[in-house]
Amino acid sequence: MAPSGAGKTLLLRTLALLDPPQAGRFSLLGRAPAAWGLPRWRAMVAYLAQRPVAGGGTVETNLRAPWRFQERRRLAGWSHERITGWLAALGRDPSFLSYDAERLSGGELQQLALLRALQFDPTVLLLDEPTASLDGATTAAVEALLIAWLAAGPRACVLISHDGEQIERFATRTLELPR
Amino acid sequence: MTPSTTGALSISDGRLALSALLILVNVGLSAALRLGLSRSLLLASVRMVVQLLLVGFVLEWLFHQDQAPLIVLVGAAMAMIAGVSAVQRTQHRFAGIYLNSLLSVMASSALVTGLAVSGLIQPQPWYNPQYLIPLLGMVLGNTLNGLSLGLDRFMEGLRSGRDQVETDLALGATRWEACQAVVRDAIRVAMIPTINSMMVMGLVSLPGMMTGQILQGAPPAAAVRYQIVILFMIASATALGVFAVVGLAYGRLTSADHQLRLDRLVRRHGGKRSVR
Repeated sequence: MAPSGAGKTLLLRTLALLDPPQAGRFSLLGRAPAAWGLPRWRAMVAYLAQRPVAGGGTVETNLRAPWRFQERRRLAGWSHERITGWLAALGRDPSFLSYDAERLSGGELQQLALLRALQFDPTVLLLDEPTASLDGATTAAVEALLIAWLAAGPRACVLISHDGEQIERFATRTLELPR
Repeated sequence: MTPSTTGALSISDGRLALSALLILVNVGLSAALRLGLSRSLLLASVRMVVQLLLVGFVLEWLFHQDQAPLIVLVGAAMAMIAGVSAVQRTQHRFAGIYLNSLLSVMASSALVTGLAVSGLIQPQPWYNPQYLIPLLGMVLGNTLNGLSLGLDRFMEGLRSGRDQVETDLALGATRWEACQAVVRDAIRVAMIPTINSMMVMGLVSLPGMMTGQILQGAPPAAAVRYQIVILFMIASATALGVFAVVGLAYGRLTSADHQLRLDRLVRRHGGKRSVR
């Protein structure tokens, strides 16, 4: 956590190497980003923007779109059951999949973006205020879903939040950036 | 009047001056409706007259030259002006944009014009300025518009589509996977004027070169053949030039690390407003 303008978003973007770091070295599982290849690095270090975007088409079109990327083709592929399972955990009906993605509310977009990243099981998940547009009940559901997902494998999550209670509930380690 | 095969009726100085009075229609209209265009109109008229009279002299001199290097040099100078002009109307710039534009214009126009004089029209010798210079001029004038449109659309497309592009990158897309929609759109938009003009060619517009040849007494059927060759040259040179310039811009505004480098984009500052 940190005050606005301290560079939280920039830190996450840099970890995903969307912005070039000014100094320092990154490595994951003992290998540098260049050794992994940048698309592979970003597949393992998944960054979710604070204001997610979706392209044209339905929610399902958007969830399926990244499976077409070269980097993803070697993977097992789209799983309808897994997505509907997560949707149920968020208290949503499978009909959410047929919503027009360009008409989603801010909170719905955040859930779409979360599932879009989770379906690839990244090693590190970088979340930039993932529950900022959600109500209390949905926030709790998202947290529970994340905790279950984290427990299911060797995974880590970096989360930016302004909500002190959320950090209490969720974090095992806290980093406070000075302004 | 007997049909002339040696040339059109010549226009005396007095009648030339008389034709300039036609611009008063525009000036009058601008004054009546307070469009504020009088100054621009007069400036544009004076520029047009001076530039064309000068070009008349230059071409008269050039057509009496028969040294290939000199004529190629003049052609290269024309291509450079086109390359620079293509960048003038873009809203944003990046370092190297002029070089990209120059390379694209020169490569595409040299290739296509070279093919025309060596294979399609075959003037003797191939650098005969009476053919080479007007052909090149037509190709450059049209390529320039395509380049300008393509570059501008590509840069604005990346700016407005930035979040989508970076979302795709963050999901593991390569830079090409993330940007290809923007690249395609820019090339498509840049080709639209060429396609439109071919669609209505002869129905809505009689191209200037063809009109000129017909006034000179050339049989319309022969003039039409030249026009067809020219239009195919223009279409292919525009396609090649646009492809090159958008490709080079893509290389410049993304990085080998699959990042979007919009920080390399700067808004054009100052710059006089175009009167076109």
